[in-house]
Formats: sequence, structure tokens, C-alpha cells
Amino acid sequence: MSSNEKGFDRREFLKGTAAVAGATAVGTLAPFGLAQAQSGKIKVGLMLPYTGTYAALGVAITNGFKLAVEERGGKLGGREIEYIVVDDESNPAKAPENANKLIQRDKVDVVIGTVHSGVALGMAKVIRETGTLWINPNAGADEVTGPLCAPNIFRTSFSNWQSTYALGKVLKAEGRKTAVFITWKYAAGEQMMAGFKEGFEKEGGKLVKELYTPFPQVEFQALLTEIASIKPDAVVAFFAGGGAAKFLKDYAAAGLKGKIPLYGSGFLTDGVLEAVGDAAEGVETTLHYADSLNTKKDNAFRLAYAKTYKLQPDVYAVQGYDAGQLLAAGLDAVKGDISSKAAMIKAMEAAKIDSPRGTWTLSKAHNPVQDMYLRKVVGKQNLVQGVAFKALADPARGCKA
Amino acid sequence: MDFAFFLIQLLNGLQYGLLLFLVASGLTLIFGIMGIINLAHGSFYMVGAYLAWSLASMTGSLAAAILLGVVLTVLLGVALEWLLIRRLYERDHLYQVLLTYGLILVFEEMRSILWGDDVHGVPVPALLAHSIPLTENLSYPVYRLVISGVCLLLALGMYLLIARTRLGMMIRAGSSNRDMVQSLGINIRLIYTLIFALGVALAAFAGMINAPLSSVFPNMGGGVLIICFVVVVIGGIGSVKGALVASLLIGLAETFGQVLVPEVAGMIVYLLMAAVLVWRPEGLFRKL
Repeated sequence: MSSNEKGFDRREFLKGTAAVAGATAVGTLAPFGLAQAQSGKIKVGLMLPYTGTYAALGVAITNGFKLAVEERGGKLGGREIEYIVVDDESNPAKAPENANKLIQRDKVDVVIGTVHSGVALGMAKVIRETGTLWINPNAGADEVTGPLCAPNIFRTSFSNWQSTYALGKVLKAEGRKTAVFITWKYAAGEQMMAGFKEGFEKEGGKLVKELYTPFPQVEFQALLTEIASIKPDAVVAFFAGGGAAKFLKDYAAAGLKGKIPLYGSGFLTDGVLEAVGDAAEGVETTLHYADSLNTKKDNAFRLAYAKTYKLQPDVYAVQGYDAGQLLAAGLDAVKGDISSKAAMIKAMEAAKIDSPRGTWTLSKAHNPVQDMYLRKVVGKQNLVQGVAFKALADPARGCKA
Repeated sequence: MDFAFFLIQLLNGLQYGLLLFLVASGLTLIFGIMGIINLAHGSFYMVGAYLAWSLASMTGSLAAAILLGVVLTVLLGVALEWLLIRRLYERDHLYQVLLTYGLILVFEEMRSILWGDDVHGVPVPALLAHSIPLTENLSYPVYRLVISGVCLLLALGMYLLIARTRLGMMIRAGSSNRDMVQSLGINIRLIYTLIFALGVALAAFAGMINAPLSSVFPNMGGGVLIICFVVVVIGGIGSVKGALVASLLIGLAETFGQVLVPEVAGMIVYLLMAAVLVWRPEGLFRKL
């Protein structure tokens, strides 16, 4: 008897709350929608990692983007910007859902994101279906400006292929004829390996062995022994973050440093130099940015960034900043009328981005055509040695758009 | 692969195996003896590594950092057991999984707040920062050999503690029949608190002593956790000897797997585990 009463109470209670919830939903949504139409702000969806391993990268990109907007008086194409932020947690499984939230629920005009390539591939599907404008400020998966390319998809960072292709020329110039490539066995590692192989073989070099360790394992001793027994002219590596720090230290501790020169994609030595002491000294890498470019634009950017955020900018901040610049180029051309998408895309395609890394343009598949710098670790810095490859364009294999 | 390199790889495999034992030893205690599924084991490892980094940069000495760190993590272990774990002995494993998974999130967030998200390095103590030349272009870091020695000592110590001491006897008795031991007038609660604290301290110790080799970085506990469970499952739940043998097996399998069959290197450990489980579902060694 009493249990029946309880059951009845609960049902009534549920009905009641449902009705209240429904009423508040209608009540808040309607004026909200109206306000949106009148205010005329451009809605920018930032889908980036703000927690987890890549949190610092997400913050750097956000800072860079906002700096580009602030430099234009907080307006792009004469319209104010409203940010809608989603933490993608670098979780590929949630990528379609998060992208949908921004596009369907928040009705953003443009999506900026993300760091993790797996998440970017998950976003790509949604973005291609809805046709929403997308500027990718980091994730290097070749596919984004390859098989998945589309008129509404842009990237302001790099492709994995680009980050190692230029090394071929570097090794040739320094007289290295054979090389071993070592990386994690996952998509980014394999794409960087392929980029290097193509660039190196074009210069007449020979990639004698590809060494893989399971991602994200950091026990390298067996493969270092293998390298010692192969005795190549050079070792080329791609690891990042903690894995990169450990690899650089293990390479030095195994006595290979100084006997077989080490090269890498720039990510090998970015953000880890404090951690590895002198183990990375002399390592040469290629990347689209470096610590000591000392150009007028870069100095101004570094000063403004340091002033605004009390932080030193890095390559990720530059990529975020350029995402803001690219969007500005598009919106300026159509005077903020984001509905004339075709004209806007055309303007973005033609844009010459005056970036801290140097001026760059977009390839047909919307990936930066940019100079790849040769950098060398000196002290705690990746000092620029020169341009390893001028205006390097990703081949955009598989892009049919 | 010529003979010299074969020997070096053998050394690599054994050394890596001992390292795995070091990392898994704490889990052997907590999971194997107390029967608590402790998903936060990797987090304790990470806490240890970060403690080593911050204490070593404060005190200027890794040894001092490790001593201090062990004390701190024993206290952490006691506090956790007393506040949280103690409530779960009678409950289903699922509750333990939930709680310790929650602890992973808490520890990651605390780490981010206290220590930030950067990668850090801990210098190898100057006394041990040498390498022994093996071939014309390869040498072996002394510090790795020292760690191997520490691992062997630790294995011996754990074996003696559990098999030869009075406390060990109570631990063994408690793990087979908790209620009976209690009614014999032994304070089983205190013993469980001790084991848990010891397990936490062992995981943290592994993180500390390994910090100069592995560097210190966010989420470093995640990779460690899985391999530790593999070690305990292959070795036989609750067996220290089993954990040691399993660690060495895995170390050798991974080392030679990476070199000889790189295509399946990522799977070898799990193939090994599957094979052992088919052959001996209870693991290589029965209890203790």
C-alpha cells in the first residue's frame, strides 16, 4: 500500500518536472533565437582540447586566434565575434558528437579545430555533410587535405607529409646516403615516414630500415641496439611530448649521439628541450616555424603575444593566429556577410597570409604552401639554420574536390 | 643479427623485464593479495615520478627525493586505504573499478593543477651518469644496470617478506580467509592498510627511480597500468615469483618481437598472455 503511494508520487513528480523543464526550455530558447538574429555576431566554434595531454596546445591555439581578432579591433569584416567553446578532450570517439553540437545546436558560422588527428578525421565527416566552414589549426593527418578535401575545409598548420619531406634535401646536402626512420606505429608516424622516404629517395638517398614501436610505448632500447647494428649514415625520428624527451635521452645514453647524427620532424624537439638537458644538442629538424626567425612580423607577434598572455608563443600559437588571419581575409572580402560563402571561400583561397612564420598561400586542397625551416638545437632553443625547402606544397594525393 | 648483438638484445630484454617487475610489484601486492582491482596503480606511478622531479629539483639530490617521496607516498597510501578503499572489501569488484577509475581522474587533474602539463626531465645522479661501451657505436647506461640491481633486491625482499616473516604469514592467511584470521585475534584491518600503503609506495618508488630514464610527463601512468595487469595475470594472481617470471618473459618477448617481427610487435605481449591463459588459466604460478 505504502509502496504504491510512493510509486504514484514519483510518477507525478516526474510529470511535473518534465512539464517545468519543457516550459523553461521554450521560455529561454525563443528570445535567445531572436537576440541572435539581431545582434549579428559571427559565431566562431572553438573545438579544441582544453583538458588532457594536449590542453596546452589548445590554449595556445585559442590565444593565437583571439590575438588575431583583437588586432583587428575585435571585429572581422566589420562584425563582432562570439566564441562558443567545446573541449574535445582529444577523444576521437566524441568528435562527431562535439562537432554536431557546435553546428546543429549552436549554429556556429565557422568551426576552428583541432589538435588531435583522430578527432579531426571524426570532425571531417560532419563538416563535409553540413558544408560548414572549417579551419583546422593543427591536426596534420594527410587525409584532411587529401581524400577528405572539400571547398569548405581549410588548414593553417601543416600536413604530416610536409613535416618530414624537406629532410631529404637536408640529409643529401650533409652527405648522408643511408638512413633509418624510427617512430610510433600509428597514422601520424607512418605518414611522416612516407613523407621522408619520398623526399630522401628523390635526392638519391636510401631508407634502409623502418623501425616502429607500438604507440605510445617509450621503451626504445631494442630498436637503438638495432640501429647500432645497422650503422646507417643518419637516423630520422618522429616522436612528440614525453616520448620525444625519452627518445632523445635514450639515444644519447646509448652512445649513439655523436656517432650517428639524429634528425627529425620539428615536433621531436619542440616543448621538450628543458626536459632533456644537453641530450638534444645538435639535433637537426625541419618545421614551418622556429625560435629565432627574427623577422619584423615574428618579433611583433611574439611581443604582442607575450604582453597579452604573459606566455611565450610557440608554433601552435602561430597556427591559431593564422587561422584568425585566414578567417579575417575571407570575412573582409565579403564585408562580414558570411552567407555569401562562395565569394568568401574564393577570397580565402587567394589570401596571402602575412604570418609570423613567413608569408604563405594555400594549395588547391587548402593546405599551406610554406617554407620549411631547418632548425638546430643549440642550448635550449631550436635555432633556425636556413630554409630547408622553399614553398613546399603537399601533393594532396586523393583530393578530388 | 650477429652473436654480439644477440647478447645485447638479451640484456635489453632482461633489463626491460626487471623494470616491468619493478613497476608491477605494487600491483601484485594490492591486486594479488588484497584482491582489490586498483586501476589507479598507474596514477601512483605518475605521482612518484612527479614527486621525484619536484623534490629532486628542491633538494638537489635524487636519493633524498626518493627517501622523502617514499615516506610521503606511504602516508598517501594509508590515507587512501583509511578513507576510501577500506569501504570496498566487502563489495563487488565493480565498485573498486569505479572508485579507482575515479582516482585516476582526480590524480590527473591534481597533477595538472599542482605541477602543470609540461614534460620534465630528472637528471641521472652524477655518480651513475656513465655508459659502458659495448660495441664501436653502442654503449650501455650504468643507471639502467643499477635499476636492474634494485629490482632484483626488491624481488628478493618481497619474497622474504611474504614467505619468511611473521607479517608475511599473516598476510598470506588474510588473503585466503579474512574472517578466520580476524577471529584469531589478528588485526587484519591494520595489515590491509599496511599492504595497500606498501603497494602505493612501490608504484611510486618505481616512478621515482625510473624518472631519470623515462622523463616525467602527463598521463604517463596510463601505459604502465595495462602492462602491469598483463604481468600479474600471466604470472598468476598473488604470486611474486610469478610476477618476476612474467616480467622477464614479457621483456624478452617485446625486445625480440620488435626486432624480429616488427609487424606484430604491438600484439606480442597480448598473444603471450592469451597463450598462457589457454594453457594455464590460473597463470604461470599458483598463489605465493
